[in-house]
Amino acid sequence: MKIEQIIKTAFAVGALTLISPLLQAQEHSGHGTMNQEKVTEEKMDHKKMGHESELETEMLETSKPHLSGNSGSMDNDTNMGANVSDLRDPHAYSGGYTLTEGPYVQSGPRQLKLADEHVFKSFLANRFEYDSDSEISLYDVQAWVGTTYDRLVVKAEGDINKGTLKESQTDILWSHAISTFWDTQIGVRVDSAEEGESRQWLAVGVQGLAPYWFELDVAGYVDVDGRTALAVEVEYELMLTQRLILQPRAEITGYGKDDEFNGVGQGLSSSAFGVRLRYEFSRQFAPYVGVERTKMFGNTADFARSAGETSSETRYVAGLRFWF
Amino acid sequence: MSDSDMTNLMLPRRRFVKGLALGGVLATMPSVLRAGQLSPHTRLGSAPVLQGSEINLVVGQSPVNFTGVTRLATTINGSIPAPTIRLREGDDVTIRVTNRLSVPTSIHWHGIILPFQMDGVPGISFRGIAPGETFVYRFTLQQSGTYWYHSHSGFQEMTGMYGALIIEPREKEVIQSDQDYVVQLSDWTDEDPMRVFSKLKIQGDVYNFNQPTVIDFLRDASNGGIKDAMQKRRMWNQMRMNPTDLADLSASTLTYLMNGTTPAGNWTGLFKKGERIRLRFINAASNSFYDVRIPGLAMTVVQADGQNVEPVSVDEFRFGPGETYDVLVEPKDDAYTVFAQSMDRTGYARGTLATERGLSAEIPDLDPVEWLEMKDMMGSMSHGDDGAAMDHAAMGHSMPGMNHGGMAMDHSVHSTHQNPLAMPSQTVRHASTEFGPSVDMRVDMPRTSLDDPGVGLRNNGRRVLTLSDLRSRDGILDSGIPEREIELHLTGNMERYSWSFDGLEFGKSTPVHLKHRQRVRVILQNDTMMTHPMHLHGMWSDLENDKGEPLVRRHTIPVQPAQRIGFVTTPHDLGRWAWHCHLLFHMDAGMFREVVVS
Ligand SMILES: [Cu+2]
Repeated sequence: MKIEQIIKTAFAVGALTLISPLLQAQEHSGHGTMNQEKVTEEKMDHKKMGHESELETEMLETSKPHLSGNSGSMDNDTNMGANVSDLRDPHAYSGGYTLTEGPYVQSGPRQLKLADEHVFKSFLANRFEYDSDSEISLYDVQAWVGTTYDRLVVKAEGDINKGTLKESQTDILWSHAISTFWDTQIGVRVDSAEEGESRQWLAVGVQGLAPYWFELDVAGYVDVDGRTALAVEVEYELMLTQRLILQPRAEITGYGKDDEFNGVGQGLSSSAFGVRLRYEFSRQFAPYVGVERTKMFGNTADFARSAGETSSETRYVAGLRFWF
Repeated sequence: MSDSDMTNLMLPRRRFVKGLALGGVLATMPSVLRAGQLSPHTRLGSAPVLQGSEINLVVGQSPVNFTGVTRLATTINGSIPAPTIRLREGDDVTIRVTNRLSVPTSIHWHGIILPFQMDGVPGISFRGIAPGETFVYRFTLQQSGTYWYHSHSGFQEMTGMYGALIIEPREKEVIQSDQDYVVQLSDWTDEDPMRVFSKLKIQGDVYNFNQPTVIDFLRDASNGGIKDAMQKRRMWNQMRMNPTDLADLSASTLTYLMNGTTPAGNWTGLFKKGERIRLRFINAASNSFYDVRIPGLAMTVVQADGQNVEPVSVDEFRFGPGETYDVLVEPKDDAYTVFAQSMDRTGYARGTLATERGLSAEIPDLDPVEWLEMKDMMGSMSHGDDGAAMDHAAMGHSMPGMNHGGMAMDHSVHSTHQNPLAMPSQTVRHASTEFGPSVDMRVDMPRTSLDDPGVGLRNNGRRVLTLSDLRSRDGILDSGIPEREIELHLTGNMERYSWSFDGLEFGKSTPVHLKHRQRVRVILQNDTMMTHPMHLHGMWSDLENDKGEPLVRRHTIPVQPAQRIGFVTTPHDLGRWAWHCHLLFHMDAGMFREVVVS
């Protein structure tokens, strides 16, 4: 199957280009081994990836301490006059014992498992809305299951018109925490359209919280025919009161080359800027009203015009945000 | 949406805050009468009193109604709080605990020195008590004072499994009083605590309805200018942290209880004029720090964590889950309100001291919510002028990587003692595992003084108890300079709702090994914005000040944000012990370490 292939490619390519240097950084910090050369390498890798500067700073947090790290004094009981950059080995006090080995340990497998080893799950309908003019319903949901640092994430977005699914995009991703506020995500995306062709992509992205509380979701896509795409989504929540919340939202998409079947063209293809005002009856249940301006660019706009559609529109929407 | 979520939607918040006039355990008496001996003089709060050398406890489920909705609680002998157990120092005691639940249970004797097999932590000190099973706890009481006991399994403690444990001194009681009341504070949620935890995991600020808003910003801007208003928020915004993140949970789901009674229920302790009353305050809450005061009445603190202290007169004290304080009061009027507001100022537990039933005094307003200050995030840096502190703050998002370590250490270097362990080290050493996704903040210049009452209590015009006020009355028994020092950092990531020591949650951690009878200093540095009541099982913690002078013997030590605290301990009992934050959700999230004494 094509999808299986894509998954395989995804893990191979993704792991090499994006995840592995970061995982390496994690591992180093885990064992307290400081290797100046390696760290410098990692730093350069990050640079090569060419993320936005903020993101980059964020990711470098992981490797930063190693630069000041000093593997010389890891013994713990005499540390007078040592510098803050002396990182401690967190296992140095264990005397070599573990939770399952050593004196007085309960026999058998470890019984005490706390929430750090539990699986949690969540479903968020971020946008669940209706536009009466165009009679289009839109869903934008995100669900996850997993632990604190590793999760299976499903993101689904689509338009429904008169009971039929007009178009949809579904991402199925493995999400791994790489720093305090950021997760890398890797997996597949399936696009389907009523008119046009389905596309299966390999997806690699970053999702997290930027300084000043901007929620950011950036993802790059590539398919087996060499098509590429990029999607950037930014959201912000402005608390007018404890329950009345204004949420500006921006989304831009671009493609590497023309895809006439699906009416998308090379370069920046479309943008959406919206603002929604919701009232949280509870934190989990909030109806909203909003307005959104969508615009198509370049070849994408041309495709739309030649199909007799408008290349930009303003929509007034009413919807519901809820999670559990 | 689950049942309890719907309940939250429908119930007015007022019900959570004040509860119902009639609330508590329904239809409980039969099981109480069957188990154990029942004391006729139940002057110690509303729970039945059990005494004698043989005690029988039965764990089961009982229906309760605190807010107008009936829920099932996990109870001991069918009461909330569980029976008050009154024992005598030096006695051998046998306590049979029968589990009538469908899941395992346990009872931990909080603050009691005993063999580790009797400590009651499933998976560490024993296997737990299986459904249908009776476990026999046997130990000799080596101490006296006010203690308590609770389940150490899952969230059973939060759903009702906590009770007072009073141990009378073998010799004469040095604290003289005419009346003696247990005032046990707790918190109750109608939701399933596991569901509460999972909501925090999904959205850490889900219960915070005191968040900074646009309205607040406009108010600040019109008062002090836009620039100042922005400045005030800059560090928080850059660090993606919330200055009002004080309690994780709030009165939007919690009802605060005093002796198992809602504020509307008004627990009342009776007295005759001229009497001296001893109040044994126990914080048995799962998630709530309480600020306790009795308007119009000075309190003399005489005991902390069961240990007699030099009397100190205060208007107010803050204590966290796991801590106990005994105070003496001498009321002159007919009625006084015992007021315990939650640290996040969303609600309160309340009761009354009165000369006759039905009387009540004015209930004070909740204090305003105060933002955490710079020193709660940066430590000692904010002692300088504010401008300098703000410059550091400007580095905001890169703060976790900041490196001014060198400057903080200098005072310790002046030590002229031969033994470098005479004073606690002030050199900050972060664990290598603190530099990953599990940690959102690291403090490089912690504050070490103990005279700060904490956020919300600074400069409120009242005399508030601080750790620096406490002195053990009999001194510290195991004196001597420690032979070893270990340093651990309290860490967390509020956005992911993860809590840990040194950035390692329990599952990833290894035990801390202590040598039997070797005196050891433990440094706890709080690299988070929340106060953590740290409870070390099985041994005493002799709190020191920053000069290494022992102050007071505790079993639970609250460590404030950006604070670095030292205590010294001598492990007298072999075995495996638990060490954790007594905020139940922090513990369950992973702020939990095992200790091996061998
Ligand atoms: Cu804690």
